[in-house]
Amino acid sequence: MTSLPASTERALGLVIDLDTCVGCHACVVACKEWNTTSGPCAPLSDRDPYGPEPDGAFLNHVHGFEAVPDDGPARVVHFPKSCLHCADAPCVTVCPTGASLKRASDGIVLVNEADCIGCGLCAWACPYGARELDPSQGVMKKCTLCYDRIENPSLPEVDRIPACVRTCPTGARHFGDLGDPGSAVSRLVASRGGFDLMPEQRTRPTNKYLPPRERDVDLLAPLLEPLPEAEGGFLGWLDRALARL
Amino acid sequence: MPADPAPEVSDEIRKTTCYMCACRCGIDVHMQGGRVKHIEGNRDHPVNRGVLCAKGAAGIMQHRSPARLRAPLRRTGPRGSGEFREIGWDEALGIATNWLAPVREKHPERLAFFTGRDQSQSFTGWWAQQYGTPNHAAHGGFCSVSMAAAGIYTLGGAFWEFGAPDWERTKLLLLFGVAEDHDSNPIKIGLGKLKARGARVVSINPVRTGYSAIADQWIGIAPGTDGLLVLSLVHVLMTAGRIDLPYLLAFTNVAHLVDQDPRSPGFGGFLRDEEGRELVWDPERHRAVPWDAAGVRPALAGTFNVGPTHAKPVFQLMAEAYLDPALAPEAVGPACGVPAEEIRRLAALLARTAFEEEITLERPWTDFRGRRHERMVGRPVAFHAMRGISAHANGFQTCRAIHLLQMLLGTVETPGGFRFKPPYPKPLAIHPKPHHKVTPGKPLDGPHLGYPRGPEDLAVDAEGRPKRIDKAFSWEAPLAAHGMMHMVIANAVAADPYPIEVLFLYMANMAWNSAMNTAGTMEMLTATDASGEYLIPRIIVADAYASEMTAYADLVLPDTTYLERHDCLSLLDRPISEPDAAQDAIRWPVVAPDRDVRPFQSVLLDLGHRLGLPGMIEPDGTPSFADYADYIVRHQRRPGVGPLAGWRGEDGAAEGRGAPNPQQIDRYVANGGFWSGHVPEEAAFFKPWNAAYQDWAVATGLVDAPQPFLFQIYAEPLARFQAAALGKGAQQPPEHLRDTLARAMAPLPVWYPAPDETEADDYPLHAITQRPAAMYHSWGAQNAWLRQIHGENPLYVPGAVWEALGFEAGDWADVVSPHGRISVPVARMDALNPMTVWTWNAIGKRPGAWALDPRAPEATRGFLLNHLIPERRRDGTANSDPVTGQAAWYDLRVRLERVPARSRSEPRFPPQAVLVPR
Repeated sequence: MTSLPASTERALGLVIDLDTCVGCHACVVACKEWNTTSGPCAPLSDRDPYGPEPDGAFLNHVHGFEAVPDDGPARVVHFPKSCLHCADAPCVTVCPTGASLKRASDGIVLVNEADCIGCGLCAWACPYGARELDPSQGVMKKCTLCYDRIENPSLPEVDRIPACVRTCPTGARHFGDLGDPGSAVSRLVASRGGFDLMPEQRTRPTNKYLPPRERDVDLLAPLLEPLPEAEGGFLGWLDRALARL
Repeated sequence: MPADPAPEVSDEIRKTTCYMCACRCGIDVHMQGGRVKHIEGNRDHPVNRGVLCAKGAAGIMQHRSPARLRAPLRRTGPRGSGEFREIGWDEALGIATNWLAPVREKHPERLAFFTGRDQSQSFTGWWAQQYGTPNHAAHGGFCSVSMAAAGIYTLGGAFWEFGAPDWERTKLLLLFGVAEDHDSNPIKIGLGKLKARGARVVSINPVRTGYSAIADQWIGIAPGTDGLLVLSLVHVLMTAGRIDLPYLLAFTNVAHLVDQDPRSPGFGGFLRDEEGRELVWDPERHRAVPWDAAGVRPALAGTFNVGPTHAKPVFQLMAEAYLDPALAPEAVGPACGVPAEEIRRLAALLARTAFEEEITLERPWTDFRGRRHERMVGRPVAFHAMRGISAHANGFQTCRAIHLLQMLLGTVETPGGFRFKPPYPKPLAIHPKPHHKVTPGKPLDGPHLGYPRGPEDLAVDAEGRPKRIDKAFSWEAPLAAHGMMHMVIANAVAADPYPIEVLFLYMANMAWNSAMNTAGTMEMLTATDASGEYLIPRIIVADAYASEMTAYADLVLPDTTYLERHDCLSLLDRPISEPDAAQDAIRWPVVAPDRDVRPFQSVLLDLGHRLGLPGMIEPDGTPSFADYADYIVRHQRRPGVGPLAGWRGEDGAAEGRGAPNPQQIDRYVANGGFWSGHVPEEAAFFKPWNAAYQDWAVATGLVDAPQPFLFQIYAEPLARFQAAALGKGAQQPPEHLRDTLARAMAPLPVWYPAPDETEADDYPLHAITQRPAAMYHSWGAQNAWLRQIHGENPLYVPGAVWEALGFEAGDWADVVSPHGRISVPVARMDALNPMTVWTWNAIGKRPGAWALDPRAPEATRGFLLNHLIPERRRDGTANSDPVTGQAAWYDLRVRLERVPARSRSEPRFPPQAVLVPR
């Protein structure tokens, strides 16, 4: 079994805005591309990519859900999901070889592929289904928060962010230190009521989700009244309006 | 853990333009070891500002696709079998020349040259013009010509390509029929801005996906009734007097006098003085005066005797049309599937936002009348609309209705509203008319596509018969400004109006997802006459991939990928402008092809030289252009104006106008692949009437003289066609089209239902498609990564229908239309109009196509709705908008029948041979 650090210097993670995500999958493919062509766990394999059962490793997925409220129209929520880099990561403590680990410096949960035997215990332990067994290599892969980007001096500073955040067209994905209450992401979580995914699992996930904003139609706003007939109706209004010009 | 946490990302970044959909985003192509390593968005690029969608990021798999053709192909098996042998380019171009040269000498109209999702239309159109055939267009006729045409005839510009919401300032955005495309990243970026500012988004769409999912309000309207909803909003606003009268008076033709005397030769048209100026009624002088006469305060209501006739202002006609109680929300709600209360609330929200939350920019500007305005006042309501509007037989008028609503609210070209992208706006008067005069062995008399002003501009002969193979600009589709590619094969096989010799297609999958009646179209492509000759004798297809259409070619000219070619996204056709800048861009070969393929545009120039087409061959017989890049730099459409506007002049210092610059492409490459010419701040709004904008447009080469104009609420060209339909004038439509034209050519926006092709009880459901955000047609659906996101396309069935028919998960249904029957997997969806079923577009594949395994789910369980959609109606006319010829894909009506689960969708087709052996 592998132990978790008692605390981490930083708690790097993602804040994902469910009010803004349109489910376009840009983040899914940018992640796939980066981690297939660069990245510490490259390549992400695709078994049978042009065949009847294509099976590739993706470290990030977008799920769509419908909700049908009692009043009002059905809603659709797009829900991007990758590793949440939990403080109490069960995928780490369950690992029999020490391949799964959580870094004390920044809290990123990683897999040391050289030590991974592909037993799949971490995938069983993760309540979010965020682990991905590479179909060709037989080792476990997962979101690395692009740690090869975020402190990579060969990249311009502005690009030292995860590939999914860099590409997100609606700006629904935010990256930063959630351990620092003054960081932009922490302030965003505070102002928008960011929440933990499945807190009852006691994993203390670092990533946070921002809920869809309630923007109900204002039922009390006044409706438009027809022009009063007593004042000549439409033509009367027109005369008065033209006279004012 | 890997050794190096900070690897060098790449050797080099090459900046070019994406082609994974129609958006034309800037991309950074990271190179390593001379190969493409990965692709991300270009942060400096004005279209996408660094972001990139799923399609763009999957571009590398498009580049490495096993479906890529390797060399020219000559058919060896029967058409459609996909059996070919690879040949060399000399042989291929020799064959093409031998087919095309005699046709040009004898009857050039027997070449039908249609290009699909082509982004080089000003070039391909020029080539077709030099060849001399009238039969050319791109894919706009089956895409969104109704949006484009309605915009041009009304505002001098249109949604998407020609305009955009003011994302920085709008407080309320209404989306009509917008799925997750058209455009892709700019809308997503914009929605992100609106969300961040707390602005409100309302989506009107039968299906709640993507953009509609995050809308603050979703109205699941019945397909094809948007125009009725919009006119009801117009009704509520007008009955309440909540319209922007000063805006209408200053910037639209609301005061123009319309001839109302049915006996008058000008019935339905504007009254004009001897100098051709439109007249308005001056109530103080009691006479008609030119609309721009000094100090005139024109009448808006009443009937006035002018000379031998009597006339009404446009506004009077609007009041008569739109105050009609038949347009009240309570009257239209049931047809739209929208409660009357919801329509009334939306009207109130529009009025409140437009008139109580107006925004002001402290920017003085001067209008074309010479009047100085101290500030720019805007009404922060923006609109966007797309194919959900245009793919109906009433799409043109529905789009006109949306533009009417925009004008009543005073929101076009004002801060916070809808803004044009240069070179738009451009008044109808300076758009070309269609050209179609054929002279054997000579070029056509002018550009093919244009905007008819009246029946005299139609492409018909003295007897009224169509002169084009697609019947565009005929009485069947008078304003078919983008042609009607979806009718070419059916008309050619029927020899109606005449047969063709060569069908030449570029990047268009007409044997599959781009055709109505797909199974029938496949039969047409292989149909023979009594002697066994194919009814379409020769088919040439240019494409980079082994599509379903390539299997029906006699000769395949393999194209490169977008990373291996030069292209220009030109101000002459489809630039990348934004409202604050005229912009164009290039593609350039960031890698060389690794196989025997050539960029199609260079191939066309080579063919043009071999055929001796004017402009492509020098007097000494040498080619005029070495390749397409050479054409991009040196071709001049007008003196000093060429395909690219940036870095013109011999020293590269000129913008817009200037002599060709041999270093121009290098300058584009150095700048990241694009050029921006910024609109001055003073010129950024009120463009049609803003003197500073007009001057800037002239200086930039967009127009040759200032072109201020009024928006056309009342569209006189439509009135002229309507008058013809009512029996007036020399050119008369065929009898069977009179009623349709009289209704559809209304000069004020109207709504009419889709032609009733069904007994509604038998076919109670609407059936439509939407395009997924992560795919662009069949191109994207073959991509190794993208097909793992959307590999299947069940038919989505609304909850009430699902329960009524007793469906359960894993079930299948027969979908039946008056035209056909398909068997497909179904899935439940509740965020859906209750009388509508839908599926994703273009995922279903023919077995063997696109180098996918014939057992792939796209080929076994995937399906097309196209089999249910006939290309003609029961009366023989095209299944299209009677105004523009826009394919009416979404007028489809169906019923569902629950059937036992099966493993393959129906109909099935025999596999096509794999064109590219693994």
